[in-house]
Amino acid sequence: MSHIVIIGAGECGARAAFALREKGFDGRITLVGEEEHLPYERPPLSKDALLHGHAPKLVSDAARYAEAGIAVLTGVTVESIDPTAKIVQLSNGTSRDYDQLLLTTGARPRPFPGLSGANHRIRTLRTHGDTVAIRAALQPDTHLAIIGGGFIGLELAATARKLGAQVTLVEGLPRILSRGVPEEVATVVADRHKAEGAEIICGVKIQELSEDRDGARIRLEDGRTIAADLIVVGIGAVPNVELAQDAGLVIDNGIAVDEHLRTSVPDIFAAGDCCSFPLRHYGGRRVRLEAWRNAQDQGLLAAANLMGAGEAIASVPWFWSDQYDLTLQIAGLADGTTQTIRRDMADGAFILFHLDAGGRLIAASGIGTGNAVARDIRLAEMMIAAGVRPDPVALAAAETKLKSLLAA
Amino acid sequence: MSNWVEVCATDEIDEEDVIRFDHEGKTFAVYRSPDDEFFATDGLCTHEKIHLADGLVMDDIIECPKHNGRFSYKTGEAKGAPVCVNLRTYPVKVEAGSVFISLA
Ligand SMILES: Cc1cc2nc3c(=O)[nH]c(=O)nc-3n(C[C@H](O)[C@H](O)[C@H](O)COP(=O)(O)OP(=O)(O)OC[C@H]3O[C@@H](n4cnc5c(N)ncnc54)[C@H](O)[C@@H]3O)c2cc1C
Ligand code: FES
Repeated sequence: MSHIVIIGAGECGARAAFALREKGFDGRITLVGEEEHLPYERPPLSKDALLHGHAPKLVSDAARYAEAGIAVLTGVTVESIDPTAKIVQLSNGTSRDYDQLLLTTGARPRPFPGLSGANHRIRTLRTHGDTVAIRAALQPDTHLAIIGGGFIGLELAATARKLGAQVTLVEGLPRILSRGVPEEVATVVADRHKAEGAEIICGVKIQELSEDRDGARIRLEDGRTIAADLIVVGIGAVPNVELAQDAGLVIDNGIAVDEHLRTSVPDIFAAGDCCSFPLRHYGGRRVRLEAWRNAQDQGLLAAANLMGAGEAIASVPWFWSDQYDLTLQIAGLADGTTQTIRRDMADGAFILFHLDAGGRLIAASGIGTGNAVARDIRLAEMMIAAGVRPDPVALAAAETKLKSLLAA
Repeated sequence: MSNWVEVCATDEIDEEDVIRFDHEGKTFAVYRSPDDEFFATDGLCTHEKIHLADGLVMDDIIECPKHNGRFSYKTGEAKGAPVCVNLRTYPVKVEAGSVFISLA
């Protein structure tokens, strides 16, 4: 019987395993993950799970894996792949033969340069265990310092404020969210954080982080020192590529795959946060995404292609972030924008539409309370996929239904 | 015994669209399909209790505004990740230019 081994039991690996069954794969499926939990959703880790101390929100419960005939090995690391003999070696001393392999090893937090691993008061946030540890340290009078004004740092700041902690966030660049978020949108986020009492310091480099029994300290290059009870470093993530690299797979800012999610080695596919891939709607340029829906979509696509479908990646990047009662959603990639059009909606919500030199819609970034921008961002995503060149005047007018522009 | 409750006039819902309807502490989503039929489901997504009336209707699908979970609003069937629990549906009738749902 044919055997597919999936390495990495996160969002992407779990979705792929179920999708294989839904598409009628009748061979063996083994899903191997080094974390102790069944695959769970990471987005709540900086949001509700941190706020309320929830248990991990499982992608699926144990019974459904059993029902689908998916063998899940938790707490087990794949230590090596032999692509010639088609065997993977596991940390529990056993090995598995495979016919096809799917790598969904995800990413891990980028470590702060020069910092050794063994810290208690200087942490990162990626796993359920991280959330538990950070939550335990956050009391109403705790001073939390966050390094990095990206999504995870900002979501953590918002949740920590809700828990009553004092928050100072330090970003080395001149503004927060400088990667992929337009300044107008980032300003709304920054203003909201300030209104909620979080301190945001931008444009200052960090010289050193240190900790002792009583606390942790940030020394800034301008001479200032920030004392905190806990420091969380959120300066991006690095893809988990070492296993693939050792097996001889081509690495290029992630495990390099083609438009079908195939790696450079036969019968090995990769998907999700760990891989870089050509993005069709953007001239085939190679990107790596760290986004939840991408992990799902690629999990489904990998399953189809493991079964020989030969389908190409077609989805448009899409991301959301929740901070306080604000939700930000972004579809597409905005670099290459030559014209930006603003659409103002009820209650201060707005969307920026980004057009390229040819008038084609390439991205849309929206922010508002609740789901104010969701429907229009979703329609924008469909317009991007369809290569629509929308009338800028119509885009700006909130009373124009975007659905009508999609059909045009 | 059915308990028909009036939701709104038929022209208050656009074709291929959805509105929110609240009644006696419960919340619903009421749909008008592209072929001009009316349907009703529970209002909240089975993934994280987000209201579906902010979502997008495409053919017979309602897509949740939060994480794009999809349901058939005609049958309530969950159509794949991240939703796996079906939505409850309710009978609907149109009479004298108004939409009614049955909450019995
Ligand atoms: C705090 C936080 C908040 C987020 N919020 C959002 C959000 O609001 N919106 C959004 O779009 N995205 C968000 N994301 C991103 C989203 O969660 C990721 O894109 C998604 O989890 C990627 O899924 P994945 O399966 O590719 O990788 P992962 O979820 O990283 O899973 C990979 C798994 O593989 C395991 N693994 C790695 N190597 C091995 C090995 N050799 N052997 C066995 N197992 C191995 C890892 O331990 C891990 O469990 C957030 C992420 C975090 C951390
Ligand atoms: S809340 Fe509806 S898909 Fe998540």
